[in-house]
Amino acid sequence: MIAPSTRVLDIGCGDGALLDYLVHFKQVDGRGMELSQAGVNACVAQGLSVIQGDADTDLANYPDHAFDYAVLSQTLQATHNPLAVLRQLTRIGRRAVISFPNFGHWRVRWHLGAMGRMPVTPTLPSSWYDTPNIHLCTIRDFFGLCRASDIAIERAIAIDAKGRARPIRSLQLANLLGEQGLFLLKGRN
Amino acid sequence: MAGLTRNSPEVRARLPGERVVFGRSQPMPLDCGVALGPFTVAYRTYGRLNPDKSNAILVCHALTGDQFMADTHPITGKSGWWSNMVGPGLPLDTDRYFVFCANVLGGCMGTTGPSDPDPATGKPYGLNFPVVTIADMVRAQKLLIDHLGIDKLFCVIGGSMGGMQVLQWAATYPERVFAAVPIACAARHSAQNIAFHEVGRQAIMADPEWCGGDYLTQGRNPSRGLSVARMAAHITYLSEAALHRKFGRSLQDRSQLTYGFEADFQVESYLRHQGSTFVDRFDANAYLYITRAMDYFDLAAEHGGILANAFRGTPVRFCAVSFTGDWLFPTRESRLIVNALNAVAANVSFVEIESDAGHDAFLLDVPEFYRMLGGFLSGCAEHRGLDRG
Repeated sequence: MIAPSTRVLDIGCGDGALLDYLVHFKQVDGRGMELSQAGVNACVAQGLSVIQGDADTDLANYPDHAFDYAVLSQTLQATHNPLAVLRQLTRIGRRAVISFPNFGHWRVRWHLGAMGRMPVTPTLPSSWYDTPNIHLCTIRDFFGLCRASDIAIERAIAIDAKGRARPIRSLQLANLLGEQGLFLLKGRN
Repeated sequence: MAGLTRNSPEVRARLPGERVVFGRSQPMPLDCGVALGPFTVAYRTYGRLNPDKSNAILVCHALTGDQFMADTHPITGKSGWWSNMVGPGLPLDTDRYFVFCANVLGGCMGTTGPSDPDPATGKPYGLNFPVVTIADMVRAQKLLIDHLGIDKLFCVIGGSMGGMQVLQWAATYPERVFAAVPIACAARHSAQNIAFHEVGRQAIMADPEWCGGDYLTQGRNPSRGLSVARMAAHITYLSEAALHRKFGRSLQDRSQLTYGFEADFQVESYLRHQGSTFVDRFDANAYLYITRAMDYFDLAAEHGGILANAFRGTPVRFCAVSFTGDWLFPTRESRLIVNALNAVAANVSFVEIESDAGHDAFLLDVPEFYRMLGGFLSGCAEHRGLDRG
């Protein structure tokens, strides 16, 4: 999804595993932003360009189209204002790459429906009281948000429990079987 | 050379290390409007310059630092202020990099400053020395790298006032710098910091031995004023936590209070010691000039009031570093620099290191700081195509 030798900003880059891969195997000009200081220090000690920052507040500092791709991997659900963050991503990046855990997955639904408790699954491993996730959504919800907010989806992929990525053709099926949603969004202008 | 006990012009003339004279035929223009020349720059080198001269790291020293960063100090006999940082296998690995540090313009360790003779009169400059700025210090360093034939520095690195020089380097000569590491610094000196400097300067000028800055010609030395200036400044370099851990309210060599003004407390005794050892290695007028250079520093003001303009289109890779316990140059100052760099989409890393040591943390052995710095430099070396040593 990310072309080689491009400029990439990985927001919520954690310990830098994805960034390191992109820098070394795709020769991208990669930068990162991470909330946890320990994560940042580990990244910089590996030679990656990473700053400590908060996706909710610090993306405003970057100019329009500063990057070819703004990546937000498994972080959207932990932001305070997901729509504002999405708008920043599509402003900073010519394209934005977003992935998130799908709360519409059948196992999540089953967990809540049958057990009556907040789901704990491989992609949502924390208990309700210690999870950083505050804005969980389903793949269908995400489609709805993009449509309502005039954000263009260029590619939509559902990743199932075995890690297989499939283009989303049936929204109903993808929402039921996808553990994660992965989207390529087009930046505005 | 070890064993020299007093910083005087005679002693300085015999300091080890390299020195070079600039501005003989063409004096160097300063920000204050005066042209300076001839003047000497004294420096020290560690490691070896590679054949294509691409492995040079310029270290910019802090207010009271000097070029003797990784060897025995010729006057104090103590190890260099960055001995833990610069050397074989250390973060600034001298097996791999050519590391050098020059005494700043206006200083008193070999580079021309107010205590050196004014070529016009043959007497020490004193207050006739022109006021220098951080940018002037960097101009002098730039003449030095030209002299050494270094087209592009691999890295410019420095803490505190050294960090200000790093920012100035990146802003003024972006094409001559591959990577820049400003540590525990700010893009402008704050009102509070100017205030502390003013206390120090007033202490010096209030000493009757200062003689209107003419103490050298009169054979005197305002060591009490300089010592008080150092004591006040030293408090700003530490944190309450560090002072408390070191001394608390413990008494010095006594079991009870004297009900007088002796150094009852250990912390008092410590500060007096800091003050008295400082006057052996530092010149009072140099202290006035260098603190003034820091006070005047405001990189945004030079660029229409917008800091980001200082870095527009910069190719330099930055790594800003701050320390949690530093209240002289707190993390928010580094964050302003990082925000400005982000605003021009510069390549920037930013780390805040956990330490309660205060501003001085950048001089101490903080393992996470060392690991981070070594990693950053290695990452840059990879991009620069420097072979592993």
